[in-house]
Amino acid sequence: MTITERILGSRTLAALASPHGVDRYLEMVNPMWAATEVRARVVDIRRENPASDAAAVATLTLQPTSTWRGHRAGQYVQVGVETPERPGRRFTRCFSISSAESGPGERFTITVRAHDEGQVSKFLVHEAKVGQMLHLSQADGEFTLHESAATPTNNHLLFITGGSGITPAMSIVRTLLRDGYDGRANRKVTFLHFARSPEDQIFAAELAEIAAADNHVDVHLRYGDHRFSEFELRRLVPDFASTDTRACGPAGLIELVRAAYEDSDRLRVEFFKPPTTVSDDVEGEVSFAASGRQAANTGASLLEQAEALGLRPEFGCRMGICFSCVATKTEGTVRNVLTGEESSLPDDEIRVCVSAPVGSCTVNL
Amino acid sequence: MTEPKTRTDSKIQLTPDQLEEFGTEMDAIRQRLVADLGEQDAAYIRNVVKRQQQFEVAGRALFYLPPAWPLAVAALSISKILENMEIGHNVMHGQYDWMGDPKLNSRMYDWDNVCPGEQWKYSHNYLHHTFTNILGKDRDIGYGVLRMDEGQKWHPYYLGNPVYAFLLMVFFEWGVAMHDLEVENLVKGTRKLEENKALHAGIMRKVRRQALKDYVLFPALTGPLFPLTLAGNAAANLVRNIWAFNIIFCGHFPAGVATFSEEECEDESRGHWYYRQLLGSANITGSKLFHLMSGNLSHQIEHHLFPDIPARRYPEIAGEVRTLCEKYGLDYNTGPLRTQLGSVARKIFRLALPSRRTSSTDSAPVVDDSLAA
Repeated sequence: MTITERILGSRTLAALASPHGVDRYLEMVNPMWAATEVRARVVDIRRENPASDAAAVATLTLQPTSTWRGHRAGQYVQVGVETPERPGRRFTRCFSISSAESGPGERFTITVRAHDEGQVSKFLVHEAKVGQMLHLSQADGEFTLHESAATPTNNHLLFITGGSGITPAMSIVRTLLRDGYDGRANRKVTFLHFARSPEDQIFAAELAEIAAADNHVDVHLRYGDHRFSEFELRRLVPDFASTDTRACGPAGLIELVRAAYEDSDRLRVEFFKPPTTVSDDVEGEVSFAASGRQAANTGASLLEQAEALGLRPEFGCRMGICFSCVATKTEGTVRNVLTGEESSLPDDEIRVCVSAPVGSCTVNL
Repeated sequence: MTEPKTRTDSKIQLTPDQLEEFGTEMDAIRQRLVADLGEQDAAYIRNVVKRQQQFEVAGRALFYLPPAWPLAVAALSISKILENMEIGHNVMHGQYDWMGDPKLNSRMYDWDNVCPGEQWKYSHNYLHHTFTNILGKDRDIGYGVLRMDEGQKWHPYYLGNPVYAFLLMVFFEWGVAMHDLEVENLVKGTRKLEENKALHAGIMRKVRRQALKDYVLFPALTGPLFPLTLAGNAAANLVRNIWAFNIIFCGHFPAGVATFSEEECEDESRGHWYYRQLLGSANITGSKLFHLMSGNLSHQIEHHLFPDIPARRYPEIAGEVRTLCEKYGLDYNTGPLRTQLGSVARKIFRLALPSRRTSSTDSAPVVDDSLAA
C-alpha cells in the first residue's frame, strides 16, 4: 500500500469528506482515481464464439482502479452499469473472472454470455466500447482452490463445467499453468466440459493448446446432446468421489453431478441460478403485503413467486450474492435454498431470490 | 393579514366513495411519476451533489483567506443547506433508491447532521410520515417540547413556548438528534432510560464524527486560523439550523393545517391517508432557487402525498394536486414564506397561553406536570 493510498483510504480523510466520501471528489477529477470504491475501464473486448448462432460470448479486459485488491482464481466480481435502455439506473450483476489470479490494481478479464433477459450481460457483450467505465465490487466467492502451484503435489483435481460455467475453472487452470514449473500445473488435473456445439465452445483454441501440451492437464470436451453421466465420469476418473472436484454450470448439470457424488464432501459447486427446490410438502399461502397480492405457495423462491404474480421486485444476481432483492418478511418461515437454513423471525430481512416459503408467509413486496 | 384561523375541523368532509375516488386519482399521479423516473432525475440529483461539493470545497478553502471569512461561511452554509435539504433528506427517504447507486441509496447514505441517519429514518420516514398529524402518535407535533396544537392540553410549562421555539431553532440539528430519545416520555415515566441505551451509542458516534470534522480537523488544517475556522464552521451550522427550522415549521404548523385524532384514523383507507397528508401539510410559494434551497419541502403537501418520489417532481404536479383539491372542496394551504412564518410565530405565542375556550379534546399534554415542578 503506497502512502497516497493509505492517506486516501484513511478514516480522517473520510471524516473530512463526509457525507459523500472521498471517492465522489476524486471521481470528479478523474474517473480512474479512487480511495475505497472500485471502478474499471474496459481496455479490450473480444468475441469468443463468432461462428456460433447461440448467444454471443465476449471476454472483456478490465483495467481496475488501484483500489482493486486482486482476486483468487475462481472468484467473481459484481459489475454495475447504466444501460441506454434504462438510463439513470445502475444494474449490478455478478460475473466470474476468467483470467489467472490478479494482484492489486492488475488487469483481469471477465467472460460474459449475452443472455436474452440479461440487461447487463447484453450491454457488456454488444454495446460496451473500449473506454467504458464500470462500477465493480472487490472479488468474492469461495469457488477457489487451496492448492498453490508453487509446490508440486500428487493431489488430483477435477473440474466439471457446462457452458459459461467454464470461466471460473478456466481462471484456476490458467493460474496453475502460469504459476507452475515448466508450464505444468504441477498436479494431475482433469477438465470435463459440456458445450452446446464446437462453434459455441469458448476458449476453444486455448483449450486445444492445453490439451496438446505436456502439462498434467487432461481436457475432455463434450458437445450437444452428450449429457453428463456417472458412468463416463467413472471411466475418466475412477476415484472421482474422493477427488477434489469443482463443478460449475447450469442447475441441470449440477443436479446430475451432485447425485453422482452423493454425500462426498470433495465436491464444491457453483451455479448460475440456484436450483428450484420444490419440496414435497409445499403448502400454505404466500402474501405480498405492499401489493396486496397473494397466491398458493408453489415452493419456488419468493422472487419467482412474486414475478409469477406479475410483481416486478428489484433483483440483482438472483443467486443470493448481491443483496439487491432484500425485502422484509413480516410473518412465516422461509428456507434459504442454498443452505437449507430456516428463518422464522418476524420482520426478518431476507434475500427473496434464494428464499422459499415453508408454509404460509408474508413478504413486504 | 387575516386573523389566525382556529384549528380546522378535521371531521371528514368527504364521503367514503369520494375518498376512494380521491385516493384513486392520487394513485394515478403516483403511477405516472414512478413510470417516468429516469435519466433526468438521475442527472438532476448528481448535478445537485456536484454543485454542493463545489460550495463545500470553496467554503473550506476560503477559510485560508481571513478577509474572505464571510464568503467562506456563506459558501459552507449553502453547502450544508443543500446537503441536508435537497440531498440528505430526500436520498434518505429512498427517493433515489431506484437508481441502484449505492452512494445515493437510503440504506447507505448518512447526512451531514449530528442526527444519525438510521434513527432519523425511523422517526421521520416511519413515525412522522405514517402518522402525520395524528395527535398522540406524531411526535413531530411540537417535537415533545412545544405546544403547537390546541389539542395539546395547556400547562404552565408552555408559557415558555416562544423561548423553547427560539432555542430549538438555534440548536435545531441537536434537537433532531435528540428527538428519538423521547425525553418528554422519560419525564412522564412512560419510557425507560434503558430503552435509549442503543440510541445513545449511535448518537454519540455520529456526534463525535461531526464534531471531529467541523470543530477539530478542518480548523486544525488552517493552522493559526484555527479559532476563525472553528467559528466559521459553527456559524455555517447555525445558518443551516435556522433555515431548516423555518422551512420545516412552515410545513405543518401554519394556521389552517388540520390535526387528527387516533380514532379518526383507525382502519384508515388509502384515500383517507392521502386526505390526511394533504390537510396536514402546508406549502410555501417562491422562486425556483427557493424551492431548491428548501429541498423542495416548500412543496410539503406533495412531499407528504408522495414522500418517496424525487422531490424535484413536486413542483410539476402541484398544479394537478391543487386542481384535485378544488374538485373535492379541500383546502390547499399555501402562501409566501413571510405569511406562513408569521402564522407559525403567532401560533407559537398564542398557544403559550391557555386556550380561551376549553378544548373539548382531552388529549394528554405533551409535557407532564412533573417537568414544570
